[in-house]
Amino acid sequence: MELWFSEFHTERVKFSVKIEKHLFGEQTDFQRIDVFESEEFGKFISSDGSIVFSEKDEFTYDEMIVHVPMAVHPNVEKVLVIGGGDGGVARELSYYDEIKQIDVVEPDDVFISVCKEYFPDNARGLEDPRVKVYNRDGLRFLRDKLGVYDLIINDAIDPLGHTAGLFTKEFYGNCYRALRDDGIMVYQHGSPFYDEDEDTCRAMHRKASHSFPISRVYQAHIPTCASGYWLFGFLSKKYHPLTDLDAKRWNDRNIKTWYYTTNLHQGAFMLPKYVEDMLEEEED
Amino acid sequence: MNIEAQKHAPVYEALERFRKQRIVPFDVPGHKRGRGNPELKELLGEKCVSLDVNSMKPLDNLCHPMSVIKEAEELAAEAFGADHSFFMVGGTTSAVQAMVLTACRAGDKIILPRNVHKSVINALVLCGAVPVYVNPEVDKKLGIALGMELSELEKAIKENPDAVCVFVNNPTYYGICSDLRGIVKLAHENKMLCLVDEAHGTHLYFEKSLPVSAMEAGADMASVSMHKSGGSLTQSSLLLVNKTVNWEYVAQIINLTQTTSASYLLLSSLDISRRNLALRGAASFSKVKDMAEYARAEINSIGGYYAYGAEIVNGTSIYDFDVTKLSVYTRDIGLAGIEVYDLLRDEYDIQIEFGDIANILAYISIGDRIQDIERLVGALADIKRLYSKDPASLMAAEYIAPKVCVSPQKAFYSDKTALPIAETAGRICSEFVMCYPPGIPILAPGELITDDIIQYIMYAKEKGCSMQGTQDPYMEYLQVLEK
Repeated sequence: MELWFSEFHTERVKFSVKIEKHLFGEQTDFQRIDVFESEEFGKFISSDGSIVFSEKDEFTYDEMIVHVPMAVHPNVEKVLVIGGGDGGVARELSYYDEIKQIDVVEPDDVFISVCKEYFPDNARGLEDPRVKVYNRDGLRFLRDKLGVYDLIINDAIDPLGHTAGLFTKEFYGNCYRALRDDGIMVYQHGSPFYDEDEDTCRAMHRKASHSFPISRVYQAHIPTCASGYWLFGFLSKKYHPLTDLDAKRWNDRNIKTWYYTTNLHQGAFMLPKYVEDMLEEEED
Repeated sequence: MNIEAQKHAPVYEALERFRKQRIVPFDVPGHKRGRGNPELKELLGEKCVSLDVNSMKPLDNLCHPMSVIKEAEELAAEAFGADHSFFMVGGTTSAVQAMVLTACRAGDKIILPRNVHKSVINALVLCGAVPVYVNPEVDKKLGIALGMELSELEKAIKENPDAVCVFVNNPTYYGICSDLRGIVKLAHENKMLCLVDEAHGTHLYFEKSLPVSAMEAGADMASVSMHKSGGSLTQSSLLLVNKTVNWEYVAQIINLTQTTSASYLLLSSLDISRRNLALRGAASFSKVKDMAEYARAEINSIGGYYAYGAEIVNGTSIYDFDVTKLSVYTRDIGLAGIEVYDLLRDEYDIQIEFGDIANILAYISIGDRIQDIERLVGALADIKRLYSKDPASLMAAEYIAPKVCVSPQKAFYSDKTALPIAETAGRICSEFVMCYPPGIPILAPGELITDDIIQYIMYAKEKGCSMQGTQDPYMEYLQVLEK
């Protein structure tokens, strides 16, 4: 018997992973959640049929979305993580002593409990005493926050599904409001390769770049996402992701990573020509 | 209501039987289950085009229902507490016109508020009835017309005892409700029929804490936009008739203008939606109510906006309020409703129902989810942050009471001439002028054009309202009666 998980990356491109075991499946109020066991990627979790992360490659996401802004901002005390109910982002944040408060806003409590059960290495991030988990809608949570956070991380990945509200102009606007005067926001920028993804990517950059004075995009290689190529957005009121990078300070922290280095940090902002062109077209 | 019976959907069930029979079509429509129009099939889906079929014996005929459509109409009548119901496929416009054409003949007087939908006045053009307007009170701040007041209606009836019916729109687009029971009682005491345009009130029949519905209030006929809050396909609607009206005559009136090729997509959507409302309507609309109340509270806490609710009820001109409606007054943030409407669509990818000079209306329905409400509220907060202005520059919203000089039919069919809009003051208009939506005329055929009205039209145009009704598509010229 062969059991395969398949996900359409476009209508004509299918990405399949051989499955050993289906561990969990449930339709929540927000999404269909499934957890699978595979030889190649270890355990992985999907939302509405799309892989959210796998044991094998989650480190890339979590490291790239946390360490890039943390190596730039000189003093992060308060962080807001939107989505991120698995705890991976909180885990990476917990390595920084100067952080005093980590608010994780995840509307789907089933997602949190499933991750606790099947991905304990990620979920331990939520055990940190500085972490407070809010079972709320991200937009709702942000609405009355004014100049509170140093860093906002939008860990939601699906701009078309139940987290669509976290990829909108009002969301970027509300994040801007919720940040302090030197605040930074990073977010999942999707994959730019396939045509339909490109449109989403463009729309995202248009909205984001018009909401913050500094808007840059950086990249990573993530095998389970469409085309294996993934972008992140870096939005900032004051600090520039390259000129304000303090590599020595970050390296002195001796944080153990598998993907991120301060050299890679600089390289990650050097984008392929077609991506650069695409982004520039949306900035006018 | 017989719940077991309501679990059936006769038109839908007949279509399912028909589909399984795989009958070879040598009748219209010519696309033959989509085979003759593959692009359309690609767009709408095979199942959808294969159900686009003609009337035939097993599927009944809307023009003369004898089997499954008849049964479906009976079930709908029962679900809505009416004596008889008609499935309508020409929009609620066709239902409204059937009501007016049933009640009025040429020269008959009909008492109605002026802030009705254009379909009502169009019906007067068709049948030659003469309108007697009960001018609604206007909320000075919000700039919206309110409900029909009993004292005003009483006055109109006293002055026009020969009128044949009272027509009332309830609830209004904005959710304002009149004292429907009182209006029905007054009309009946004076031997007049009471017709209700209930285009925005399908849900009133299924959630008992909401304002009273037309049939429950004892009205003689009501037009219900199933496609608005009821969930059926666009253009499908219901006409409800009480036993005080001869429904066989109503059927004849409907057939004067109704298509003989009614769409089974529309008919089955009415049937399935009725079943859904009868079985699950109470729970669904209670959820809609909660969502609207939540949105109201959240929008009001942003500051600057006023999302009005039940607190505006005053017992007369606002006898009751339909809390499923989400109307928001925007003028205090220095933006016209229509400007917020455009910003929501262009900048935030949110399409709301309409914006007028001072308000926006977002339609909350059984298809909404709380995360979409959060988007709307979040966008309104962001609009206030980025775009708010000094409100002093905005024109105060107002409703201008019209002066009727000639009956709509006479004005429409008279000799007329086109004049630049600025030169029309003092002339009698022969066409409609309205912002759409909401489609409530600023001017109707036969009404006097004044400087105030010209100024209002220019302002609405400038702010970006979609102006309709005139022969001139750009509304630079108005058709007026020749002197």
